[in-house]
Amino acid sequence: MSGRFVRMAEQHRPAVTIVIDGRSYSAMQGDTLLVAVLSHVSTLRQSEFGDGARAGFCLMGACQDCWMWTPEGERLRACTTEVISGMQVLTQAPTEDAWPNCG
Amino acid sequence: MAELRVVIVGAGPAGVRAAQACVEAGVRPTVIDESGTSGGQIYRRQPAQFTRPYKALYGFEAGKAKAIHCTFDDLVPHLDYRPNTLAWNVSPGVLHCVQGEVAEALPFDALILATGATDRLLPVRGWTMAGCYSLGAAQIALKAQACAIGRRVVFLGTGPLLYLISYQYAAAGVDVAAVLDTSPFLGQLNALGPMAARPTLLAKGIYYRAQLLLRGVPVHTSVTPLAIDGDDGVAAVRFRSGRGQEEQLACDAVGMGFHLRSETQLADLARCDFTFDPDLGQWVPQVDADGRGSTSGVYLAGDGARVLGADAAEISGELAALAALSDLGLDVSTSRIDKLRRRQRRMETFRRGLATAFPWPAELARAVADDVLLCRCEAITAGQLREAAASQGAPEVNRAKALVRVGMGRCQGRFCGAAAAEVLAEVRGDALEQVGRLRGQAPVKPLAMTTRQEEKA
Ligand SMILES: Cc1cc2nc3c(=O)[nH]c(=O)nc-3n(C[C@H](O)[C@H](O)[C@H](O)COP(=O)(O)OP(=O)(O)OC[C@H]3O[C@@H](n4cnc5c(N)ncnc54)[C@H](O)[C@@H]3O)c2cc1C
Repeated sequence: MSGRFVRMAEQHRPAVTIVIDGRSYSAMQGDTLLVAVLSHVSTLRQSEFGDGARAGFCLMGACQDCWMWTPEGERLRACTTEVISGMQVLTQAPTEDAWPNCG
Repeated sequence: MAELRVVIVGAGPAGVRAAQACVEAGVRPTVIDESGTSGGQIYRRQPAQFTRPYKALYGFEAGKAKAIHCTFDDLVPHLDYRPNTLAWNVSPGVLHCVQGEVAEALPFDALILATGATDRLLPVRGWTMAGCYSLGAAQIALKAQACAIGRRVVFLGTGPLLYLISYQYAAAGVDVAAVLDTSPFLGQLNALGPMAARPTLLAKGIYYRAQLLLRGVPVHTSVTPLAIDGDDGVAAVRFRSGRGQEEQLACDAVGMGFHLRSETQLADLARCDFTFDPDLGQWVPQVDADGRGSTSGVYLAGDGARVLGADAAEISGELAALAALSDLGLDVSTSRIDKLRRRQRRMETFRRGLATAFPWPAELARAVADDVLLCRCEAITAGQLREAAASQGAPEVNRAKALVRVGMGRCQGRFCGAAAAEVLAEVRGDALEQVGRLRGQAPVKPLAMTTRQEEKA
């Protein structure tokens, strides 16, 4: 499916390439990872509790709903991570137990 | 005299004015903000590569935004400014921070918490679906990234931001399918008296509303949200209108919020006392007229103390800093304090008006159906909470949290806490304040698994 977010302005920034689940997409310098991903695809990750796909919620680093993963298993909070050229992200955790309990 | 150690958390309007008051008094404060730039929520800056002018970004508030940004930029050489730094815990006299993966403990003589607010939410069936965002999120997408959250957006909830953000979307050329306000229009009329305490702000509110009408955006009041429908993403919003008719609106995104709630975890970890505000149905940190918390050396300012908006945040930031400086033995002009207090009282009158105009719809939170997800983090339903409350007798929210994990997930109850308390109070037949409040937990946000302590050379 095509993207979820719609760019309304600021479309003349230099392009960068990011890799989502192994496929290359173009993004722009200054994009957050969340915006870069959601301008091409409709979700960021699957809920690990089996209740469907998620695409972030608060965009201000408070809800922790927009975490993605790098192929090395590192977690990235998509709404507060700025894209860099060549960034690789996954919409599913590459390993089990990627979430520590934080309560 | 040893150098005074004043630490300010938050570089929004409250934190900036607090920092300014310190520097003017000859103190070099430390300013912590988890964001990479100053400005806070309302005056959030766009990334360096973006070029929209102030007017386009901040509308009526362009002048104030610029003033806050310039003030802070001029202050930076006189501060120990630490952007991209999360304050994650407080122990007596020490603030614990982390920047990247490096943790550091900062001892303080005075701690000023200017941590702002987040959207207050309640669950609506389908609210965890991709495409449903908080109202604040909708604004951040537009302001900080020049993006709309979808092609056709429904704004749902209540509060002044509902109209502001709907207007901002419509003005940016986004198709706004409708504004669905749970508050009755009559209540808004009744609140005009107290809201006239801030005539320009009231006028702006009326302007946004008129602009929505002009642009043909339907505005419904007294709405009961029924569901956000879709298979694997938002496709429509169903609601009951004030006249009792069920309606469905097609859309691919929802921006939802019921005014704001203070970010109080750090105040809690600093052991500040809280009081219950029945107008808001919220627990708020106890503060005196100048922002002193009940813990000595801890001060609260801005939306993190009381949700009064950006102008009040500037005043309370300055007041809190003056209180701290005076408690530390510096000379502070009492007439300056008196003037600030007087201005702050007007803000308080306006806030009461807002609470009347846009009441928290407690009855909607209490009526959330058993199979609706209450906790977004761990997919826990309202029914699971009711069951635990009934069969295991959870007397208050922290016990309920231990039993069913509502509020234990990674948002730490920021987005489910308000509704969970209502559900629990309803099951128990208790008043809301009887079920208590979720205690803040460290770390206030998840830390990287590889966080390490700073080695002191
Ligand atoms: C998303 C959102 C949008 C808003 N938009 C508007 C608007 O358009 N118009 C309007 O009139 N009002 C708006 N408000 C209401 C609010 O009154 C203003 O946002 C105003 O900015 C409040 O000022 P403040 O200084 O109290 O807090 P904020 O401006 O929220 O600043 C708080 C700062 O503290 C930092 N912080 C918080 N916790 C920590 C921590 N643990 N560690 C490190 N840093 C931390 C945050 O990163 C933030 O920069 C909005 C509120 C929100 C939540």
